[in-house]
Amino acid sequence: MTTASLGRTGLSTARLTDGKRRRRANLVPHLFLGALVIYFLIPIWWLFVASTKDVHGLFSGSAGALWFDKNFALGANIADLFTYNGGIYLRWLGNSLFYAVTGGLGASALAVLAGYGFAKFRFRGRRFFFAVLLGSVMVPLTALVIPTFVMMSDLKLTDTIWAVILPSLLNPFGVYLMQVYATDAVPDELLDAARVDGAGEIRTFFQVAFPLMRPAFVTVLLLSIVGTWNNYFLPLAMLSNTQLFPITVGLGLWQGQAAANNGGGHSLWGLIIIGSLVSIIPLVIAFLSLQKYWQGGLSIGSLK
Amino acid sequence: MANAPAITATAPRSARAADGGKKRRPGGRRRGAIGWMFIAPFAVVFLVFLVAPLAYAFYLSLYTKGLATGTTFAGIDNYTKAFTDPSFLNGVWFVVRFALVLIPVQMAVSLAVALVLDAITTRFARFSRLMIFLPYAIPAVIGALMWGFLYSPTFGPLAQIFGIFHAAAPFPLSPDNVFGGLMNVVTWQWAGYYMIIIYAALQGIDPSIYEAARIDGASAWQVAFRIKVPLVSSALVLILVFALIGTLQFFTEPSILAPSANWSITPDFTPNIYAYNQAFSYANFNYASAISFALGIIVFIAVYIFLFATRKRGSILS
Repeated sequence: MTTASLGRTGLSTARLTDGKRRRRANLVPHLFLGALVIYFLIPIWWLFVASTKDVHGLFSGSAGALWFDKNFALGANIADLFTYNGGIYLRWLGNSLFYAVTGGLGASALAVLAGYGFAKFRFRGRRFFFAVLLGSVMVPLTALVIPTFVMMSDLKLTDTIWAVILPSLLNPFGVYLMQVYATDAVPDELLDAARVDGAGEIRTFFQVAFPLMRPAFVTVLLLSIVGTWNNYFLPLAMLSNTQLFPITVGLGLWQGQAAANNGGGHSLWGLIIIGSLVSIIPLVIAFLSLQKYWQGGLSIGSLK
Repeated sequence: MANAPAITATAPRSARAADGGKKRRPGGRRRGAIGWMFIAPFAVVFLVFLVAPLAYAFYLSLYTKGLATGTTFAGIDNYTKAFTDPSFLNGVWFVVRFALVLIPVQMAVSLAVALVLDAITTRFARFSRLMIFLPYAIPAVIGALMWGFLYSPTFGPLAQIFGIFHAAAPFPLSPDNVFGGLMNVVTWQWAGYYMIIIYAALQGIDPSIYEAARIDGASAWQVAFRIKVPLVSSALVLILVFALIGTLQFFTEPSILAPSANWSITPDFTPNIYAYNQAFSYANFNYASAISFALGIIVFIAVYIFLFATRKRGSILS
């Protein structure tokens, strides 16, 4: 950047050599990045290639693990996936979506309210509770799963959707992000002006504060949706009815079955592969298309 | 608690943030009740799903349940059992070793990528940033499944690659290799996320600092390691804490890979897997709670010591 701005002040010939030097200096970092991109994409490429193979191609195809077999069976695999065991895969996908959206929206709503409360009001016990909240970020959430399971089972709530959704509402780090963001992004003067104009606290929050906190809200929403979508330990412990499984637990179940009986009867390996591919598509698309939201938002926690 | 300033030890703004950053104003008492009103919904969830399970886990861990004797008070028996139980201790030892090797590697990779991406602004650099981040959007279960397939002698490319050199392909999940095999999976999964956090912090630095350094004769390396790295140290500490918490409660990847690992991933491989099996294979909820609680305490203490250590170093850096 600096060389470019210095070069701009010089003659056009100077700019040319400068550009050449820059290009050569950039070669090594580009090779480094290229190698990393290959490393990070290989599993995904393998998954895509393997999804297009039939059982024969998967186990004894001639093209190797990283290239397509002559028989292109992607369509047949997808049809198989969506009809196997009464279409239970689609059910899992729907469950994942439902848990992620309800858990994520709920957690973010609680976080935006609490973050605003911590940032913009002073009250007895605030400092203490905020310190406890920050300490709780260090508590490993999986350590809570087994006692939560026992509590839920006393209340006869295990093996219901609530056993997955309610614990997912807890996101102390989200509250911390919201507090940090609200402190800077929502000016007190604006809130006071709204109050002077006669707006109630709830209206002040929704019409003045919330629009200003929206970037942080979207970030926390995205992070909690991803967190719930990716969660494995909690639903694995809470659910035993396969109809309620999210996609992660469902694929884990197939993996255990496939390894145990080596695909006796139906080839579960093929289903696991195509099932993995189909399930990552929604989030991958979401991340690629929502870049401007998460890229800005992820810096909130570390910058401030 | 010193956690708040410690997490962002080098960023002076954080102190102000944790403070609320404003003066006490008149009408505070009525406003205070309203403050609690905003916090109440979260506070309820916090009490029910964090404080209560922790307290309940502690309570459960003080009892034992025998077939003949029923539930009896056992005091710290479960803890003395846990801390003399080779299964638990080996699991703890594994995750501690794993964290000590994995985290520096992960940090080095993500910091190096972030510095490179911060320095060059070509279209390929932008593309790389997205692709390296992509594994974050993929659930750990599926990441583990994919690598399990790539490692597999039946599905994976390893046999072919080594076949070219007429060598036997190693199995990355064999007892000797499983450490590295899992390290690769976790690095693949998380390095991109950490890279994005560091990158975002780097982008927040005022570029005029670099200009000044360049005029003072600093090389690109000096700018990177004397200016950029210290200025993003709060981001580094943050992701180190995340990585530490995540690694010590290691569960998903080893339990997904266990069925295809031919018994090199045992039911007591990590403390969390051990607790899960105690609870759901042996219905031994009291002992499982003791393990969970002990693990929680270990993680909390480890992170606390870490934050304390980095806070001191952080203040020297800045």
